[in-house]
Amino acid sequence: MTSVLYDTPGPRAKRRNVLYTIVFLAVMAVAAWWVLSALADKNQLAADKWTPFVTDSQVWTTYLLPGLTETLKAAALSILIALPLGALLGIGRLSDHRWVRVPVGAVVEFFRAIPVLLLMMFAAALYREFTTVSSDFRPLYAVVTGLVLYNASVIAEVVRAGVLSLPRGQGDASEALGMRKGQTMLYVLLPQAVTVMLPALVSQLVVIVKDTALGGALLGFEELLSQNRQITANYGANTIATFTVIALIFIVINAILTALAGRLEKRLRQGKKTAAVVIPAQAGAADAVKKAVSDA
Amino acid sequence: MKLRRTSTAVAAAAVLALTATACGGGSDSGSNGDKINVGIKFDQPGLGLKTPDGKYAGFDVDVARYVAKELGYAEDKIDFKQAPSAERENLIKNGDVKFVVASYSINDKRKKEVDFAGPYFLAHQDLLVRADDSSITKVEDLNSKKLCSVTGSTSAQNVKDKLAPKADLQQLGGYSECLTGLENKRVDALTTDDSILAGYASQKEHAGKFKLAGLRMSDEKYGIGVKKGDDELRGKINKALEKMVSDGTWEKLVKQHFGPSGYKYEAAPKVEN
Amino acid sequence: MFDFLDSGQYDLLGAFWVTAKLALYSAIGSLIWGTALVAMRVSPVPLMRAFGTAYVNIVRNTPLTVVIVACSLGLDQTLGVTLGGSDFKDIGFRLAVLGLTAYTGTFVCEALRSGINTVPPGQAEAARALGLSFTQVLTLIVLPQAFRAVVTPLANVLIALTKNTTVAAAISAAEAAFLMKEMIENEADALFAVFAVFAFGFMVLTLPTGLILGWAAKRLAVKR
Repeated sequence: MTSVLYDTPGPRAKRRNVLYTIVFLAVMAVAAWWVLSALADKNQLAADKWTPFVTDSQVWTTYLLPGLTETLKAAALSILIALPLGALLGIGRLSDHRWVRVPVGAVVEFFRAIPVLLLMMFAAALYREFTTVSSDFRPLYAVVTGLVLYNASVIAEVVRAGVLSLPRGQGDASEALGMRKGQTMLYVLLPQAVTVMLPALVSQLVVIVKDTALGGALLGFEELLSQNRQITANYGANTIATFTVIALIFIVINAILTALAGRLEKRLRQGKKTAAVVIPAQAGAADAVKKAVSDA
Repeated sequence: MKLRRTSTAVAAAAVLALTATACGGGSDSGSNGDKINVGIKFDQPGLGLKTPDGKYAGFDVDVARYVAKELGYAEDKIDFKQAPSAERENLIKNGDVKFVVASYSINDKRKKEVDFAGPYFLAHQDLLVRADDSSITKVEDLNSKKLCSVTGSTSAQNVKDKLAPKADLQQLGGYSECLTGLENKRVDALTTDDSILAGYASQKEHAGKFKLAGLRMSDEKYGIGVKKGDDELRGKINKALEKMVSDGTWEKLVKQHFGPSGYKYEAAPKVEN
Repeated sequence: MFDFLDSGQYDLLGAFWVTAKLALYSAIGSLIWGTALVAMRVSPVPLMRAFGTAYVNIVRNTPLTVVIVACSLGLDQTLGVTLGGSDFKDIGFRLAVLGLTAYTGTFVCEALRSGINTVPPGQAEAARALGLSFTQVLTLIVLPQAFRAVVTPLANVLIALTKNTTVAAAISAAEAAFLMKEMIENEADALFAVFAVFAFGFMVLTLPTGLILGWAAKRLAVKR
């Protein structure tokens, strides 16, 4: 697609591109040199700040891996609860009954408008004041609650857009076959919408994994990012090294999830062709996918 | 059939979600069976630190162990729980822990919510500066300095309200982040209790880099937090603390944990009943 | 129930003003940075394309908290970048804007990229046939249409940005989430009221953005 924006470079354009490349490379090299020399100058590249992550397996077994487990646990719980809840809300918003559609819409819009961090903080205070959930689980519950409320409403929108993207004929045909509304939704519309939505749902997982890190700083949830406090307290305040390593772990996990979403999308698209289902109006679904991806 | 499979998957997910919410209910006893839950800090070298081998070390930790032993709990019967500063009152009030030993200074606001045994240590708000920096000799010097402390801490509040309102105060998430700034000369001093600072200064990675200014800007009496109204437990802990001082354990522990930094600690405070 | 509002103890409007300023400056910044990124990603220079792709994939997959802390810890504490701020409060705010811009820019870039995909290839081909250069094709023909196609996704990005400003509490920019935490601790008995106030505050900030941009999306849509 991109190549449509410019002509195949001729000799002059080629020379110009080489020049741009060199200039760009030079700028990046200067920036990298500046950062690295400043780091070295401030003694931040000293070996003893970085080696623990390579030589001392205990950094991993005591701090990083348990933290990662908590992060993944919270993310998995959140998506597992948010998925059915979001589907329910999404279907509710498509209901023919005004008294279902309007309140569900209000709930969805409400939780989409509020920062997930505030939801988590509120949930934490709620559990603390009104329940006997022990302190071992309270931060996890608070984080999961916040993530579920927010992501269920995002998923609800994805589901709604996915169902709306299907050709009207699908619903009409099942009605003509004598299916009830519930059957139409469950057996005809949802299964088709799921395939359209899957990539968007997987990329929503990336958002969830990242958002678990919100629980660390302000709620005391012992997820991956919050482990930096204990690591830096033990290894001589090697903050830069620790944050770098933790960021890399997040990036790798999320890159894997993103790649998964991409492969899923490809496979589903191929599946479409072989099934020879004619779906003319895909614009809506594409919008839904875009929306969920951009809804960081 | 394809759609049957999809609905099975959806049902399975729903069941999983339900079981996930159902499991892991809470107990609110503060002691589970023959074990005892104690709140400590996990990230303060010298006081309460989770070490890479998964064990706990520090003065507060050893005090907690001593007190627990006097209460009849052997060392392997103690479950240490992380007690971040903002969570300490909640942990005690909800009964998640039996008591909290976590650089917990006694003050009137906290006394409204929990009771304190002790004090078992007298600390002061102080400054950690670079070893070659001698430009801070009195509190007034701070007004022209860049300070760092932890977000929402009492020390940060003290600086803003009383000690040096004109100082440029940076509040970060943790002490290590402040230390990075101090090491890189972006801030001139890290301020909090001298006991905490001594813990950092005496770490081998920081040997010779930092020193305490020794200003003693406030009195922080460390107490052991217990549930409000639990006078029986408070009395028992107070007895244990008195015994700890009289049998020489207190002196031994203080020397062991604060000795290397050259920190001039105060004599054991008298336990208030 | 809401009497804590009258006590004068909390600067609620001040906190939301900081939130609004954070959101506004970062929105402007990330629109510019996102456009620059997308220009790199579709440019004829392979190195720039590689940089754009790598940057987007790395930053988008990093938790915002890490990005913001990296700005404070890496740029300020280690490299001494102050962005012209005079004291830590000022510097913290500017760094938060920078971090939010760096992060949100990747989402703006991705939205614009899908917008470019909606522009019919004939448009760019016609422009090239007229002899326009890559920069001209992009800035005069393709991007204006791409922008109009992605107003709705962009609106979602900006709303997400407004909500993400709360993360700046991690480097103690004195915005709304920071104040809410303090108020929850001090006013535990008025928990629901505190939450209601902040929820309302954010809805005041985000809902109009959504409505206005939704209306704009309809008006601006390219009729084909």
